[in-house]
Amino acid sequence: MLGYAGRILYLDLTTGKNYTEKLNEETAKKYVGGLGLGMYLYLSKSKKGVDPFSPENPLVLSVGPLAATMFPTGGNGHTFISKSPATGGVGESVNHGTFGTELKRAGYDAVVLTGKAEKPIYLLIDDDSIELRDASKLWGRSPAEVEDAIKDEIGDFYVRVASIGVAGEKLSKIACIINDKTRAAGRTGLGAVMGSKNLKAIAVRGTNDVAISKPDEFFNLVKEFHERMKGPAAQKYRTMGSTENLMHQNNMFCVPTRNYNNSHFELAENISSLIINQHFIAKIIACNSCAMRCEHVAVIKDGAYRGVMARIEYDNLWAFGPNCGVDKLNSIIKAAERCNYFGLDAQSVGGVISFIMDCCEKGILTKEKLDGIDAHFGNASAMLALIDKIGKQDGIGAIFADGVKAAAAKIGSDAEPLAQHIKGLEVTGYDLRCLKTAALSCAVSFRGADHNRSGAVTVDLRGKVDRLKAEAGRGKIVKDLENQFNIIDSLLVCKNAKGTFYKDFEEMAKIYNATTGLGITPQELELAGERIQALAKLINTREGLTRKDDTLPWKVMNQPINDDGSAKGAVVTQNELDLLLDDYYQARGYDKQGTPTVAKLQELGLTEYLSIIEHKEA
Amino acid sequence: MAKLHERKFISADPEKCVGCQICEYACSFGKERAFNPTKARIRVIRENQINNIAVTCRFCETPACVAACPRNALSQSVNGSIILEKENCSGCGWCISACDYGAMMLHPETKTVYSCDLCKFRSDGPQCVKWCPEEALTVVTSDVLAQKARLSAIKKLFQTPGETRNQQQKETTP
Repeated sequence: MLGYAGRILYLDLTTGKNYTEKLNEETAKKYVGGLGLGMYLYLSKSKKGVDPFSPENPLVLSVGPLAATMFPTGGNGHTFISKSPATGGVGESVNHGTFGTELKRAGYDAVVLTGKAEKPIYLLIDDDSIELRDASKLWGRSPAEVEDAIKDEIGDFYVRVASIGVAGEKLSKIACIINDKTRAAGRTGLGAVMGSKNLKAIAVRGTNDVAISKPDEFFNLVKEFHERMKGPAAQKYRTMGSTENLMHQNNMFCVPTRNYNNSHFELAENISSLIINQHFIAKIIACNSCAMRCEHVAVIKDGAYRGVMARIEYDNLWAFGPNCGVDKLNSIIKAAERCNYFGLDAQSVGGVISFIMDCCEKGILTKEKLDGIDAHFGNASAMLALIDKIGKQDGIGAIFADGVKAAAAKIGSDAEPLAQHIKGLEVTGYDLRCLKTAALSCAVSFRGADHNRSGAVTVDLRGKVDRLKAEAGRGKIVKDLENQFNIIDSLLVCKNAKGTFYKDFEEMAKIYNATTGLGITPQELELAGERIQALAKLINTREGLTRKDDTLPWKVMNQPINDDGSAKGAVVTQNELDLLLDDYYQARGYDKQGTPTVAKLQELGLTEYLSIIEHKEA
Repeated sequence: MAKLHERKFISADPEKCVGCQICEYACSFGKERAFNPTKARIRVIRENQINNIAVTCRFCETPACVAACPRNALSQSVNGSIILEKENCSGCGWCISACDYGAMMLHPETKTVYSCDLCKFRSDGPQCVKWCPEEALTVVTSDVLAQKARLSAIKKLFQTPGETRNQQQKETTP
């Protein structure tokens, strides 16, 4: 079983006691790695109803079987899994960079953290040595500062660090975990889970060999994928970057603008990919082992924010641009940098600020109530002031630091329709009213409003279906894509590189087999994708989430698009949502409540979890 | 007549290098049949996000590593590569201190020093150069390197005919 490190590390942060368990072949094949392995470990090591912030809530960190190999994008990913403080269901966030490679070389496929340290600590994993070190001097500092400080303290430049910022320390439910300074495991508030354990950072140094099973086959695949990554399949990411989405989507009226008040941003040209690349991108860099290199690093060249550096992609551009009605790139880049500084999820922060601005426009919040901040749409300095307040939970910031759902509950019922979230997670930059396959995908996404649980948004955007129509058949499309994405996140190859897999499961199985020597068929891999989905669903079912949680934000269902254009009048009605959900559950083999059936769990080899659904039925 | 330098070594173009570390993987696999950057003859440094470069042995004309070795373990071959007499190496690291580029390293297993030899036993040449997806690595002589630098400098200066880069930036900044 090459590729895999073959070990799982269990560490109790309360006592510092740790042990390792062997990862056996059966478990490896069944759950693949990364997301799948992490979900499995989480489900088997956590208890029903556990408080996300209690010491008993495990935080799982896992890497894939390709980690620390030369397979492009396969070498560099890692994923965090726990119960999300934002959604109450399974929280999961994948990230790339260099961090995951080091964990693999240290000799671990996964780390399961439980307990709570008495005082702030950081975890140093140096091959077999596991050490909890004092982090009192790191408390209050940004992830980038922490990374530098730990490298200094250890005296090793190649130590890799994943760290939380102040937001995670203060248990903000929109806090993220940042590695390699600019890369965030952003979504579902897992930074706060780390904070609740008094765990400021995880630093890893690994020096072991990572060997592969069939080098000739492996290197042929690497060569093939290097070529593909330089070709049309990755051209967008290699050249202009994902920010190119903005103008394209704007033309299709599917850029949620000003908290879903519009679906088109009339000032989009001022923040287009062209301008970003011409004036701000200082360098496009790569994650470890990637031949595609797509990380667009923006640096502000002049003005008050001169020298500010942040990674800019469509997601954070949208969150602080159209979503807040802001067309000043200096401020958008600064906002992204401030989120990295505080360790906040930029997407959720953008969602929170547009919610605040919407509340102001509608008179629900006022300048007086907002500590003197005049938060109307388009006010870039208000946006930045609010980020600081939220990051520090200073004054009014405390109300908003747990996301829009929690904020709306505190502000009052008239604010609730303005809170654009699913399961408590803020929406992303795709107007779901006119992207109905994506709407279904987001509604059923186990981690809440997020387009990254399937590639359904691409199906709509590329016109493979009528994006304005809700019809039978979309359930199967979403199901198939989810299975694929689950495997992408479990092998831990990069989603941006998805286009370079011409034959998804077939090629993924090939690379898996050349690496591990285990021999998995494309069908088995697809089934594993389905199994991983069911695992996530089982966690959510155990935690009490049902069909009623597979829903859409209020505005998506009640406020049709009013901009003149191709999507005018688009909205997702309850009937349409029900149709889509029924179709999806049926395609999945789940019951009407969206719970996996006994037969389905038997088919997937998950009978050990039957009690979760039987309890449900009783 | 002055003779041009013939020694070839691997050089990384910092403008092209994206810090992907594929060269480390290619090197360690080529040399040791396993992926392990701590055994690679070339190492990547990402000093901050935008400063990336791969560094390996420069095959210096007057190699400080050779001069520093008190045990006569190191010598320089005709082509410029550093040759190690393993029996003489105690792993003391004086050569490592002497090298300004961090190109000399102590092998984690053999506990003797090692550096780039341009994959001299491989018919397909240096593996890092072969696999670098950005074509940031090249095998060059110091003369070729200087030529390249001059060419690149002049290209930067005149990005569009008749206009220097500074002028261009001034005109397009919003």
